[in-house]
Amino acid sequence: MKPLRHAAQAAFVLITLGLIGYFSASPPYARVPPESALIKLSFAHAAAKKGGCRELSAEELERLAPNMRRKTICSRERLPVDIEVLLDGAPLYAERLPPTGLSGDGPSRVYERFVVPAGSHSLVLRLRDSERAAGFDYETTHAVTLAAGESLAIDFFQGGFRFE
Amino acid sequence: MDKAQKTDTADPFAFLKRPLRAAYMRCDRFLDYTFGSRDNPFYSLGGLGFFLYWIIAVSGIYVFAFFDTGLTEAYESVEAMTHIQWWLGGVMRSLHRYASDGLILVIGLHIMREFAFDRYRGTRWYSWVLGVPTVALAFAAGITGYWLVWDRLAQYVAETTAEILDRLPIFGSPIARNFLAPSYVDDRFFTLMLFIHIALPLVMLFIMWFHVNRVNRPRINPPRNLAIASLVLLIALSLVYPALSQGPAELSRVPSPVSLDWYYLWSYPLVDLWGPGGVWLVYFLGSFALMIMPWLPPLKRSAPAVVDLDNCNGCTRCAVDCPYGAIRMAVRTDGKPFEREAVVNPAQCVSCGICTGACPTATPFRRAAALVPGIDLGGLPLVMVRERTHKAAAGLAGAARVVVFGCDHGGAIAALNSTSVGGVSLPCTGMLPPSMIDYVLSRRLAEGVVITGCRDGECRFRLGPQWTEERIEGKRDPQLRARVPRERILRVWAGPAEMARLAREIASFQQRLATAGNAAAAPAPAEAGQTVVAE
Repeated sequence: MKPLRHAAQAAFVLITLGLIGYFSASPPYARVPPESALIKLSFAHAAAKKGGCRELSAEELERLAPNMRRKTICSRERLPVDIEVLLDGAPLYAERLPPTGLSGDGPSRVYERFVVPAGSHSLVLRLRDSERAAGFDYETTHAVTLAAGESLAIDFFQGGFRFE
Repeated sequence: MDKAQKTDTADPFAFLKRPLRAAYMRCDRFLDYTFGSRDNPFYSLGGLGFFLYWIIAVSGIYVFAFFDTGLTEAYESVEAMTHIQWWLGGVMRSLHRYASDGLILVIGLHIMREFAFDRYRGTRWYSWVLGVPTVALAFAAGITGYWLVWDRLAQYVAETTAEILDRLPIFGSPIARNFLAPSYVDDRFFTLMLFIHIALPLVMLFIMWFHVNRVNRPRINPPRNLAIASLVLLIALSLVYPALSQGPAELSRVPSPVSLDWYYLWSYPLVDLWGPGGVWLVYFLGSFALMIMPWLPPLKRSAPAVVDLDNCNGCTRCAVDCPYGAIRMAVRTDGKPFEREAVVNPAQCVSCGICTGACPTATPFRRAAALVPGIDLGGLPLVMVRERTHKAAAGLAGAARVVVFGCDHGGAIAALNSTSVGGVSLPCTGMLPPSMIDYVLSRRLAEGVVITGCRDGECRFRLGPQWTEERIEGKRDPQLRARVPRERILRVWAGPAEMARLAREIASFQQRLATAGNAAAAPAPAEAGQTVVAE
């Protein structure tokens, strides 16, 4: 009876430790396929104010309390940011990013990941943050060679695209 | 159909609970046989959880002493611990990891067990609901720990966690931007993560205290042998299969593939399948479903225990034995010369009757007054138990008549009835006053008494089998009188799936009684007052 009990104890211990040890680090998980690279696009950018700014008339200023009399008023809400990314001439991402904040006065933000084949690529990035109807306020073309497993970060910072 | 089965049919989750309960009971039988009932790890899942928490805390404090918060220092300090000081630092790191994984495993088994045995509805909603944030905090604490190592897995965890959090519309700038490229991370990040990693388990401990504070005598410590074995085995695993880092984090590289800790990070690959929104849906629906389960549907409560001050002398035994702390001792209100009186909180009473079994006035021998003990169960007063006992014994014949006292949640007692066996089912075996055994034998209602019910760790009301055993063995008040012949008592703790074994034990017991009766001699000492738990 005793050997059987010892065997049962050993089996239980081995199974339990095996379960803990194995699933603690196995099986491995691959987020991107081999021979692929990653492009990460992220920025937080505040577009121009919606409707622009205007000067108050003398009558309008008169109606305000003395300490509130600012000559220029602007709308609080911001415009959305339009972003387009082309990879090797084909559209990769195109989105209208609304401003954040309850009053729509915060920056537009984005974080996107794109799995692309490793190798040489041509990237075109366009961004619009004004009221213009056609065209973009910023546009850049960037040639890049990505090794397998490499990650390219694209940011929009101080009026220009930044690649890292 | 017994009471427990009737309750079962009204439960929409019965189709899940039945097979799960059967699986647990099979495991219990195996583990009772393997380690003995006392050290069965499945009976101490909550206590094991607490014990693993303390291992995590102690190993974490050690690891913290050697951990450096810095972009390169974090990884280097963990590597130094793992490889240079492998004999202690490495073991502590691995112990920290494996105890954390064990904690998640134990929590999962604990949740499923309480669900399978329907121990989460009624007054137990409180512990169940508070368990939900405890689980969430355990996951959050573990995930922030992986973040600190700052290896490739940490990078994956950081990027994916940030993506999940960014789905919430509360951050002005995406958190994931912090891990966009090498220049975006700074040393302060590690200080912040370390603070969160320490703060979360402290909050978790605080909630764990609330989780058990409506439970009388919670098993927050596993039995000593089990605790020592768990610690030794985790150390052995740490030495044989040490936890290792997966190379330093490189934000200019994709951390793929990574060796995931599936206990903590099972939901992370779902981000790639369903997006962060889908993962939040899983988290939200899972937590919400767990939270509302105690009311799906609410447990139909039997009438709670009632105190009869004319018979209560304020002895405190009922309050001490109540498994859920539903009885408190208050200042006497009826002018009788006693200091205190028992007061039942009906909202916390689970109607198990264990208080009646603990009451020294609950004796069926009483003749002078009506059989009303100091505390009695509203739905099944002791006088009714005595009537049922008489009824069960009335038709019995033969030289080895046996009255079986069992519980509604163990084996179906009615199925045992025969010409020589009569059964009485109670809400919990712990409701049986020891004097009832004396009563049956001394009044010659039967030659033997069988006490049965759920195995210790399967008791619906937690403490029934333990209190019953201790009362019969004279270790707990009210004790079974010394005059009662122990050889005429058989205790068999058997679940619903063990009816055949119970029947076999009773048949064997009857044979012994008949032999003893014929020989008019006491049976062999080895068989006297026998308790049977495992086959």
